[in-house]
Amino acid sequence: MENSKIRKREPLTDTQLLMTITIGIFITMYAVAMIALQGGFLHAQQIFDMLNDNAPLIIVSCALTIVMIGGGIDISVGAVTSLTVMACVLYLNNGGNILVSVLLAIGIGLAFGLVQGFLISYLEIQPFIVTLAGLFFARGMTTILSVNPQKAEHAAFNKLREVQFVIPWLGYTARNGNVVPARIELGVLVAILCVVLVFIMLRYMKLGRNFYALGGNQQSALMLGINVKRTRFMSYILSGLLSGISGYVFMLHTGAGNATNAAGMEMNAIASSIIGGTLLTGGVGNVIGTFFGTLTLTTIKKIVVSSGLNDPWWQSITTGGMLCFFIILQSVVLSRRAKKKSA
Amino acid sequence: MKNGKRNIFKGGLGQLTIPIVSICLLLLFNLIKGLITKDLSFFSIELVRNNFGNMVLSGNLISIINGASELAVLAMGMTLVTAACGGQDISVGAAAAIAGSMFVKVVKTGSSISGMKVLLAFLAACMIACLFAAFNGTLVAVFKIQPMIATLILYTCGRSIAYWINGGATPTVSSPIISGIGSFIPGVPIPTPVIIVVVMAIIFKLVFHFTSIELFTQSVGINGSAARLNGINSTFIKLLSFIILGVCVAVAGTIGVSRLGLINHETLLLDVEMDTILAVAIGGNSLGGGKFKISGSIIGAYVIQTLTITLYAMKVSSTDVKAFKAIVIIILVVIGSPVVKTWFGKFVGKYFKKNKQLAVKGAE
Repeated sequence: MENSKIRKREPLTDTQLLMTITIGIFITMYAVAMIALQGGFLHAQQIFDMLNDNAPLIIVSCALTIVMIGGGIDISVGAVTSLTVMACVLYLNNGGNILVSVLLAIGIGLAFGLVQGFLISYLEIQPFIVTLAGLFFARGMTTILSVNPQKAEHAAFNKLREVQFVIPWLGYTARNGNVVPARIELGVLVAILCVVLVFIMLRYMKLGRNFYALGGNQQSALMLGINVKRTRFMSYILSGLLSGISGYVFMLHTGAGNATNAAGMEMNAIASSIIGGTLLTGGVGNVIGTFFGTLTLTTIKKIVVSSGLNDPWWQSITTGGMLCFFIILQSVVLSRRAKKKSA
Repeated sequence: MKNGKRNIFKGGLGQLTIPIVSICLLLLFNLIKGLITKDLSFFSIELVRNNFGNMVLSGNLISIINGASELAVLAMGMTLVTAACGGQDISVGAAAAIAGSMFVKVVKTGSSISGMKVLLAFLAACMIACLFAAFNGTLVAVFKIQPMIATLILYTCGRSIAYWINGGATPTVSSPIISGIGSFIPGVPIPTPVIIVVVMAIIFKLVFHFTSIELFTQSVGINGSAARLNGINSTFIKLLSFIILGVCVAVAGTIGVSRLGLINHETLLLDVEMDTILAVAIGGNSLGGGKFKISGSIIGAYVIQTLTITLYAMKVSSTDVKAFKAIVIIILVVIGSPVVKTWFGKFVGKYFKKNKQLAVKGAE
């Protein structure tokens, strides 16, 4: 696919084109915000805050990108994140060990991935229904574990939560004269590590290329000798695993389990993936684009808040409008290219 | 896969096997539980006098049929959209909130509430719901975007638009006419929402009988390009299915508002989109489009409501119901999955050969 001869004739693949548009729009939007709104947008901390707050969303979006490239859908990710947070907080509060809690988070994620992947790929049940049931089950289990919010009271864990990477030269001087250094939380590093690993997996590993083949055309993938069922199974396992990791990162950020944690995260993650250029039909997508998709989504929310439109409805209306813009843009771009190709 | 699934459903009750069997299983479970605990109150139906002095039917079975009304109405429209577009509309809950807000806004203008005004309000709700449905439909039919993605836009911002309509307030409406729509008409012991569902179902049946919408929708869903080559305007059929869903959404929104007598844009028909899609799937319809049976989806809606009421009757708290619901759903879809059917077919020697051929066909 990345053959140099092909590249000369056709400079960008669909995936790269959509990703380039997203990154371009993100940079333009941020630059406009810096000029027009100034304030917080001039500080590097603004970007770090966006990353700190949205590290779990980035991880979950990676999960959805993998599944969507494979031509499936997983809407249980947000609920699994929430269940992981609740389970780990309760475990830690009952005198648990940090290492085991990490394993617990990964285990919960993997368990969901295994069961859902088995049902979808080997029993051929529609992915939407299976992951919807997964969503119900995880949300229900979260409330069964505890209806009330639980705060993590674990000394070692709270120490881990406070781990921050300070970059003094990127800081800024606050109004009262104090220098506030730039802060990055531990979760952000995990999120970026996930993005890099998923990128390498999708681009250079056999499994990743198989996902593209499966999503592009299942029939051809089967004829090429790809084990279609196992490939699809693997995509859901990876999605479950990443949801578990996202749960732990979420806990590192908030430090409390709550039944309403990560509500609506699955839809935000789907939106980020789409903005980043992943198609729900499968076969097209890029995890770097997803990363910038998440940032674009958060930037627009930040811009709305800092423009003084504090009423709660503005955020979702602008998000919806932007989603509409990106979706129509993708559709127009892709259909024009299809016409060019056939002509 | 689509092909195999359609063939496997041949014989017996056909597509309706899963929904009917599952509703029977749920009722049987309640019966056995009732016999063991010597308490058959689940099945009792009695005439009681309600707060307004009307003789009305009450009991668990009635509340199942009554409570599933909105879901059944939405499932009818969703079946059409699913069949025509091969995808689902996930914005029905948000659109119903918009329609409900519009309904309340029109009813609240002026001082008195007359029957004419309620009708006008319903028409306004229909109009705004159809408008948003047409927006979704245009994205799907003209711009060729997958339905789930296209409707994600309205899902994200729909409830905020509903918030806008009434300026963030949650106004209440109290009138005999509104409560007549939401609960009981004086002198009629059957809950009004149930009557509305029956009327809607009859309208659908009549429309399908006198027009060729059903056939056209199925052919568009099975193969859009083939349908177009045969002279069917697939763009129009897709758009039409969304607009029909828009009418269903307005009806469901009106029922929902009338039931409570107030509009809360945040909680009206919350998460109903998931239940609706589930009802369509339990009804034996392929979520990938093609052939469909509205009756299956309606029974599917009642299956979901029976399950919920059964769990409530077992003293499961409302927040925990989801987990149990998930388990039952998984069991139902596993039983209904083509692969499990094929395995089961191996035990039934007579059908062995037939099912094996079907499985091979399905894998192709």
